[in-house]
Amino acid sequence: MSGDQVAGVNLRSGQFKHVFSDNDLRAVITNGISGTAMPPHSFNPAELAAIVAYIRNMATFDARNVSLGDAKRGEALFNGAGNCGSCHRVDGKGPRVAPDLSNVGALRTADLLERSLVDPTGAMLPINRSVRAVTRDGKVITGRRLNEDTYTVQLIDDHEQLVSLDKSQLSEYTVIKTSSMPSYKDKLNSQELADVVAYLLTLKGAK
Amino acid sequence: MISPRRATLLLFLSSLVACSLHAQVTSDRLLHAPDEPQNWLTYSGSYAGQRYSLLNQVDLTNVKNLELKWVFQDQSLQKFESTPLVVNGIMYVTQPPNDIIALDAKTGAAFWVYHYNPSPAARPCCGIVNRGVAILGDSLFMATVDAHLLSIDAKNGHLLWDVKVADAAAGYAMTLAPLVVKDKVVVGVAGAEFGIRGFVSAYNAQTGAEAWKFYTIPGPGDPGHDTWRGDDWEHGGGSAWMTGTYDPDLNLTFWGTGNPGPDFNVSQRPGDNLYSDSVVALDPDTGKLKWYFQYSPNDAYDYDSVQVPVLAEINWEGNPRKVLMQANRNGFFYVLDRTSGKFLFGRPFVKVNWAKGLDDAGRPIITTQPPGTPTYPGQQGGTNWYSPSFSPRTGLFYISAWDDYSTIFAGVPAEFKEGQRYMAGANTGPIPGGDTLGNGIRGPINTYTEAAGHGAVLAIDPHTGERKWTFAMHDVTSSGILTTAADLLFTGGREGFFQALNARTGELLWKASLGGDIISGPITYEVDGKQYVSVAAGRGLFVFGLRN
Repeated sequence: MSGDQVAGVNLRSGQFKHVFSDNDLRAVITNGISGTAMPPHSFNPAELAAIVAYIRNMATFDARNVSLGDAKRGEALFNGAGNCGSCHRVDGKGPRVAPDLSNVGALRTADLLERSLVDPTGAMLPINRSVRAVTRDGKVITGRRLNEDTYTVQLIDDHEQLVSLDKSQLSEYTVIKTSSMPSYKDKLNSQELADVVAYLLTLKGAK
Repeated sequence: MISPRRATLLLFLSSLVACSLHAQVTSDRLLHAPDEPQNWLTYSGSYAGQRYSLLNQVDLTNVKNLELKWVFQDQSLQKFESTPLVVNGIMYVTQPPNDIIALDAKTGAAFWVYHYNPSPAARPCCGIVNRGVAILGDSLFMATVDAHLLSIDAKNGHLLWDVKVADAAAGYAMTLAPLVVKDKVVVGVAGAEFGIRGFVSAYNAQTGAEAWKFYTIPGPGDPGHDTWRGDDWEHGGGSAWMTGTYDPDLNLTFWGTGNPGPDFNVSQRPGDNLYSDSVVALDPDTGKLKWYFQYSPNDAYDYDSVQVPVLAEINWEGNPRKVLMQANRNGFFYVLDRTSGKFLFGRPFVKVNWAKGLDDAGRPIITTQPPGTPTYPGQQGGTNWYSPSFSPRTGLFYISAWDDYSTIFAGVPAEFKEGQRYMAGANTGPIPGGDTLGNGIRGPINTYTEAAGHGAVLAIDPHTGERKWTFAMHDVTSSGILTTAADLLFTGGREGFFQALNARTGELLWKASLGGDIISGPITYEVDGKQYVSVAAGRGLFVFGLRN
């Protein structure tokens, strides 16, 4: 139950239409949203605080237990032995080839973050898949998919340019289902993995 | 001797009478709606529910010259699901929650707006939406999200009567366009997600007085009641939230019914749960049940069967036969004999694994999937309420389908509390951490992508259930389908493209990007000898015509 029956709302991911602060969240729960199916509720302050805390922590509820390590050590691994920063960007630093992780701690659960490290292909969201396109005049374009519809595809190419392609003008178009990210299953030990996950969970986006 | 002045007055008066008579939408005109294709007089364009028009000015060769003629922008952030009516050049369209706007169908200029304030107690499950009005005489009829039925003067937008159909605070709502049959206005209620007891009911078009009510969940002493355990029936759902169809020769009106309550957890309501997920054939004069056919007994997957029951006369094994066709949310395409409800044929039109087939009577042979594994089709179904189309010219049945789409279903216990959600499922999509492919509006990015399922227009041969052709889309589609006598097929999709296809081959002939989800059925009409095609997308109603 993530609230995603409502367009633009995903409680687990911290996505709201009318809410920015905890005060906003309390106001919406208390007053409802006029003209929508969101009704008003009469909770006492303690109940309200508990509900807000629950919603704010939904992103860290996991289907299974994931051990969290030391975020400081995780940051060092991210920028050092893990070499994550060679593809991922955090807080304005690093390339944009792979997804920007500046707010990944607000979007993904610890469970999913760990899976991404251990099994990058299995855990990769399909929207992030790489694509390879060949134009009719033989030009090869590769990059990370940002969006796609029946007739076009939008990507950020290997030169970090935003590119929109008309599929009818392509001689080849392939969505690559294998992630180019290496698995860290054997590259990091379990403590190191836990440290990196802990660090990633601290990434909540620009303040 | 009549003075010239008096003669002029008489001429003026007689012309008024003629106009008035012409404007009156009699029940006879509704019976023969397909014969006046310049108008769109009912939700599905005809009582048969075919969403097929005889207009052919826009054809296979000139459709590429369609251009935007006008746009009506609605004043709502809700989904725009309305099918307009067009009567003699006047368009009647609804905007959420329950406004009616009368527009010049040629220019989009407005004549009047009727605004209705639904009760704050209204709580429709899946969007504060409305799908359109019905007309009889000079009266429009609108069903509201707080479960009222209104009659509105089509000339000035004034309220004529307002009757309460059901209690909104208990979870009853109405989002459908009413169906006028003879002198009655027939509606059905939504609310199975709140544990209502569903019904179809009819009201005197002149006065609003209730004429009959047919409960889709039979009470004690009624046939079918024994398909429920104990008092489960009291909250048994079975909403009838989409407009039915009507066969004047058989004098039967056909209505699809929705899921049983509570959704998903079948152990909480053992039995077949009649008449949920069924089509019921009712006498429109009395509401008496003539026959029923249940598609998904003891439904675990929210497979509402409210899809418009499409009526046609087709050649069946060498003889003409009155059939009812339905591509069901459960993934099977069905052909029934509509005189008796006899099952003639059924076959999956998308990937299905919740049942391995249908037995000789059309009952599914259920193959429940292991816990934690995907069930096909997913919760939104192989199709849903999106209007299908049947073209008598091509003989093909057209569906907006969701291909390769699944949900991991999990039933959980639910406790009934009046007016609160009565849902007994903890369902997830098949992609861990991925967005759920639901029934809401998405933003401009398709984040779930083809991996969660994709949309398609399917052309089905009703004799075999086989796909004659498939027009695949990258994203899913909640659009209705319109076909015309020029063998054109118009449809949209969640990506916001409005497309014209060759109805015989599926070839793309024309498209326009409208910048918002198309969650409505296209219509076509004619004013001053020019054909128009209209569809709602995002926050607007877009009307196209040929370049001058």
